[in-house]
Amino acid sequence: MAVRAQFENSNEVGVFSLLTNSYAVVAVGASENFYSVFEAELQDVIPICHATIAGTRLVGRLAVGNKNGLLVPTTTTDQELQHLRNTLPDSVKIQRIEERLSALGNVICCNDHVALVHPDLERETEEILADVLGVEVFRQTVADNVLTGSYMALSNQGGIVHPKTSVRDQDELSSLLQVPLVAGSVNRGSSVVGAGMVVNDWLAITGLDTTATELSVIESVFRLGEMAPGGASAGVNKESIVESFY
Amino acid sequence: MSMDLDAPVPMSGLQEQPVSATILCCNCGAAIDGTTSAGALCQDCVRLTIDVSQGIQRDGVLHACRDCERWLQPPTSWVVAALESKELLAVCLRRLRGLSKVRIIDASFIWTEPHSRRIKVKITIQQEAFQGTIIQQTFEVEFVVASQQCPDCQKSFTHNTWRASVQVRQKVPHKRTFLYLEQLILKNGAHKDTVNIKEAKDGLDFYFASRSHAEKMHEFLASVVPCKMKKSQELISMDTHTSVKSYKFTFSVELIPICKDDLVALPIKLARQLGNISPLTLCHRIGSSVSLIDPTSLQTAEIPANIYWRSPFKNLADITELKEFIVLDIEPVGQSNGRYFLAEATVARASDLGSNQNQYFVRTHLGGILHVGDSALGYFISGTVFNNDNFEAIEASGQYSSTIPDVVLVKKHYARKKKPKNRAWRLRRMAREYEEEAAAGAVQTSRRQEQEQNRLEADYEMFLRDIEEDHEMRQALDLYKTRNKPQAMGEADEMDEDEGSDDEVPKINMDELLDNFDELNMEDGE
Repeated sequence: MAVRAQFENSNEVGVFSLLTNSYAVVAVGASENFYSVFEAELQDVIPICHATIAGTRLVGRLAVGNKNGLLVPTTTTDQELQHLRNTLPDSVKIQRIEERLSALGNVICCNDHVALVHPDLERETEEILADVLGVEVFRQTVADNVLTGSYMALSNQGGIVHPKTSVRDQDELSSLLQVPLVAGSVNRGSSVVGAGMVVNDWLAITGLDTTATELSVIESVFRLGEMAPGGASAGVNKESIVESFY
Repeated sequence: MSMDLDAPVPMSGLQEQPVSATILCCNCGAAIDGTTSAGALCQDCVRLTIDVSQGIQRDGVLHACRDCERWLQPPTSWVVAALESKELLAVCLRRLRGLSKVRIIDASFIWTEPHSRRIKVKITIQQEAFQGTIIQQTFEVEFVVASQQCPDCQKSFTHNTWRASVQVRQKVPHKRTFLYLEQLILKNGAHKDTVNIKEAKDGLDFYFASRSHAEKMHEFLASVVPCKMKKSQELISMDTHTSVKSYKFTFSVELIPICKDDLVALPIKLARQLGNISPLTLCHRIGSSVSLIDPTSLQTAEIPANIYWRSPFKNLADITELKEFIVLDIEPVGQSNGRYFLAEATVARASDLGSNQNQYFVRTHLGGILHVGDSALGYFISGTVFNNDNFEAIEASGQYSSTIPDVVLVKKHYARKKKPKNRAWRLRRMAREYEEEAAAGAVQTSRRQEQEQNRLEADYEMFLRDIEEDHEMRQALDLYKTRNKPQAMGEADEMDEDEGSDDEVPKINMDELLDNFDELNMEDGE
């Protein structure tokens, strides 16, 4: 399902949080409202980690991860790294990488199988990415923007790209990723879809300004609702409930 | 948790559409082409939701002065602009806040009734709404025209707004100097800054809005006539907090009481200093200094203003005391000085002719223009009692008492009509206010005014004759052709036939006259 949320009056929830299929990282904010939204949806399902990266709250832009691992930039302190290791499950490999383009969340967009990265990313980083996250790496741009992480939101079910992406580019990316893609916007017309929302296989959290149309596009392309945790049983339950109403 | 799903967006269908719609409008959900759209909005939504003229006022107030019909351009300037003129449009656009942030494409007036006191302006602006998307929008602004009197009009409607005045005075019984001064002022444009000009007893008052203008006037006066200035100031108000004071300044300018053709008895000491000139002299010119001539020797002397004011003295006799004499015999001596030729003449008083045989022998400087039988004007010294210390000193001195002549001829006398109506030239006059004399009764006032008027006219006529007779004086003035006058008229035809002697009356050459002046704001000279 898709949920709207706001981080301290900012709609850019993708900046302040990171969501994967096996864990979530949320920035430490002045209030716990934002964290509460994650908690309400994910409690007892996956661990939610309260963290900062390099002393900032921009966890979603600085770090990148999927269910297999988490990459943090070289600016991350030892303490922060230790806190992440303590909080996240042992199955998640956490690695600090030396990369000139240190806002990893902006330059890397990945699901559990594939990653689209900034064309100038170092080869070493690309190898680490393949090892730690277990993904196939492609150097790509989204609608002529090199910041793939900012202009694309991706899950194992689907992806949403910058609204100005042409149909041909969508087809090309879609064939690389092997998931359906659609162009779209979040937060009432914002084109930075990667920073405006976070998504995993069963949950999307978007900015509070996101319109119903945008939300419906997001729900349909990410196939949210069909793939809720516990999957089929939930679907059955729902159908039985709906039937009981008639 | 569970909710009804929207129908899945037919992505494959979208991609196959010929319009190649790639995204849904974030506002209304319409399928649009994301690569060309503005942001993620369809055109209708852009039109509905985006207002680039936001923050620009839609109504305003224009201040206009009712009296001078000028418009206030804040903060303080007032501009002249007709309705629907581009100047007014500029004033309107400048009044609108926020207009500087957008690009103005077009602006025009929408016609309104002038008495509706409303001005409508249609403005087209452009602004970038999203990256790469420029939105053009047209809107109307309505201005209410409010009246506000401008400071200039406020001043003109308020009395006593002058800051400085120059009071010019000459203590003589006639107005010739002021008539001459008026012409000089007109020629040099010295009256341009005056707020008001008032005629007062023995002189004129000039009022100015600022002290510097008054000082300029005073400097001008000092450059054309010998004068003495006294400055005084009156405190109008003072701000005790800032010690800012405002004053009214008054410059009292006293002109030398000696006029052209006046008989002057110099103090003997001064006469000795001036090249040992004979102390009984005639004033033949007033410039920045006093020019004196001794008619018996043609010796001249100049008294600079500062020397005069060190020990001022009055004239001995002025032109109102001139008597007419008939030249019975004249013989040049052969001595000359400029335009003056020394001659020895025998004259008799015109009033004595036929009654007695009194004749007077005089030496005169008018040898060049006087002929036997001419009449001349002169001072009759032996028949006059002067109450003048300087003259008494001359009479008492051993050196000069024997040199006092019986008669001093001053100028040739031309017989003319009382009031010639056909002068081919005229002068410009200044518009001025006459000081009211409120105290006198109605009948008395009118009689006095009549007398005053007659005296003024006589003075003016005398002044005009002076101009005709004195070529040198004419050079300093502007003379204009009279209009409605056949200009090709021969000079001989111009004269009247009723008096034969009028033939000799000096006339002014047409070449010296200027073409007609613009009569918009000047009184007629004649």
